[in-house]
Amino acid sequence: MNAPTEPTRKLRVATTSLAGCFGCHMSFLDIDERLFDLLPLIEFDRTPLTDIKHCGPCDIGIVEGGICNAENVHVLREFRANCKVLIAIGACAVTGGLPAQRNHLDLADCLQEVYVTEVSLSKGGIPNDPELPLPLDKVHPIHEVVKVDYFIPGCPPSADAIWKFLTDLIAGRTPKLGHGLISYD
Amino acid sequence: MTMNLETAAHPETLRRVAIEPVSRVEGHGKVTLLLDDDDRIHQVRLHIVEFRGFEKFIQGRPYWEVPVMVQRLCGICPVSHHLAASKALDQIVGAKNLTPTAEKLRRLMHYGQILQSHALHFFHLSSPDLLFGFDSDVARRNIVGVAQAYPEVAKQGVLLRKYGQEVIRLTAGKRVHGTGSVPGGVNKNLSREERDLLLADIYQIIAWSREAVALARKLYEQSPALYDDFGRFDAHSLSLIRADGALDLYHGGLRARRKDGSTVFDHVNYDHYWEHIFEEVKPWSYMKFPYLRELGPEDGWYRVGPLTRVTQCDFIPTPFADHERRDFLAYGGGSAAGATLGTHWARMIEMLHSAEAIKELLHDDDLLGDDLVVTGERQERGVGMIEAPRGTLIHHYRVDDDDVVARCNLIVSTTHNNQAMNESIRAVARKYLDGRKLTEGLLNHIEVAIRAFDPCLSCATHALGKMPLIVELVDAEGRQVDSLSSGSL
Ligand code: SF4
Repeated sequence: MNAPTEPTRKLRVATTSLAGCFGCHMSFLDIDERLFDLLPLIEFDRTPLTDIKHCGPCDIGIVEGGICNAENVHVLREFRANCKVLIAIGACAVTGGLPAQRNHLDLADCLQEVYVTEVSLSKGGIPNDPELPLPLDKVHPIHEVVKVDYFIPGCPPSADAIWKFLTDLIAGRTPKLGHGLISYD
Repeated sequence: MTMNLETAAHPETLRRVAIEPVSRVEGHGKVTLLLDDDDRIHQVRLHIVEFRGFEKFIQGRPYWEVPVMVQRLCGICPVSHHLAASKALDQIVGAKNLTPTAEKLRRLMHYGQILQSHALHFFHLSSPDLLFGFDSDVARRNIVGVAQAYPEVAKQGVLLRKYGQEVIRLTAGKRVHGTGSVPGGVNKNLSREERDLLLADIYQIIAWSREAVALARKLYEQSPALYDDFGRFDAHSLSLIRADGALDLYHGGLRARRKDGSTVFDHVNYDHYWEHIFEEVKPWSYMKFPYLRELGPEDGWYRVGPLTRVTQCDFIPTPFADHERRDFLAYGGGSAAGATLGTHWARMIEMLHSAEAIKELLHDDDLLGDDLVVTGERQERGVGMIEAPRGTLIHHYRVDDDDVVARCNLIVSTTHNNQAMNESIRAVARKYLDGRKLTEGLLNHIEVAIRAFDPCLSCATHALGKMPLIVELVDAEGRQVDSLSSGSL
């Protein structure tokens, strides 16, 4: 698959990880040396690879992970407000994913167990500093909070899927993932 | 300013500056600084701000799901969790000795993991600081800038990582979140074709790894005063060690040393790790603070990871890496071996070791064997430990008669380094930031120190947190979808 030809203006791309494991970002990096084909076509805004701390106006926003706390909500809204196209990448962003396994649990029990009664703990206590963002009692997929333009399933989606998707989008085609590129692991 | 900077006496009178999020690390964290009117610093904290609850929601799941599920804690080093969990579950299924094929395939997978993770950390995340300067232009201070200014360095970084990921794909079935390791062994061997595919490139990978060590060393030698001293602190140390004292990233006994190099314990079987390691909670971070029980909660915190491992092993069992280890220890009369920024150099030595270890394994026909799984007498508890890229990783499970998980405790690498990272950024704050007008470049100094640990704030956040206030979540149309108050606890 060839990279599309160089556009007149580089597309600006932001990515973030909310309640995700960074595996989707890893899968993006798994495009390997094709990254160098991509660099003439795009420039990065806020991503875990740059030191830009807030998302500015962007063409494409890619969000990994669901929403588990107030900080996630804030970042997600900032992405939606700034990105022309917003993409939910991976099971966590699309459905909540593995972190949503905690949705059927009682939080008080969890806290008690992890921070107070755990056997390898000498001094327990539940963290409650104002610097810690407020957790939500459920983990939510991102489309419950903002409008999402595209969903890429998979845990994580393969590098080939991400490559096909991005090159389609950059070339101005409607992204299409055919057989073998869509996974639901 | 002599205070330890953990807690200011009168925080309410101080101005807050936050670095949020900490970038070019994996996971979610922030740093807060409290300053007075004269820009003197009174408090510096690295907060881990996310939580997962993994230990809790794994309860009630069948034990064989664990090695696959637990990887979703961290997409950077999923193999470490995959293998630490498998080692714990080996004990549960009574698999005392794995078959040579299973043990070697797991090792191969692990060395692939170390290789890709160390390459990612050095080239993609940290090299921009080291090549351009800690306060260089933000627009350039990233892997794209490196690709423009040093294309060969960037290319080698990307291809080193790719090779490690390919080793993982061929042993685990998938680059991220594979399934190759199971309780008692592995579920596939390596075919001849797969082996030959990896063999074709391994000599190039070793050569590039040697260049990477040389680059890390050169960067150190170019600014010895800066590198020796930056974010430096003295710490006790902990790592696994092979019975003969060799560096072993897959298995061993526990070795702990005091700041002065004297032994706290050595070759300790990790099955009862809780007799040596305890944890404390501090209210301002979701990440716990572990310490060595022998030394007590105040003084017992320690450092894990590449710097510790390379420094406290007796030798590295592959020739090129051992040669580099000796050079590293000798450098500056041992100054690099205790330096926060010396960690990058030590990390590249480990990457070279992993490449050499992969080469040795690929020449071993056991990888092609068919004897994959063993079982024995079922046990109730299992503890698995491994040296993950960032340091010692502990998985601990109790599985009841009905084969579902009853209890789980994880102490991940970055958690062991919690206090160490806080000490390091406080040292940086004292030396570089105190009394000065804070600029973006100065604040990046704090992050440079954090990055030396290659923290994985993603897997450090597996615990659940408390909601101190009320929060409401509304959807795109303004409807409330979730709300919560401290009263609901
Ligand atoms: S979808 Fe999978 S790989 Fe992506 S962030 Fe979630 S757990 Fe990680």
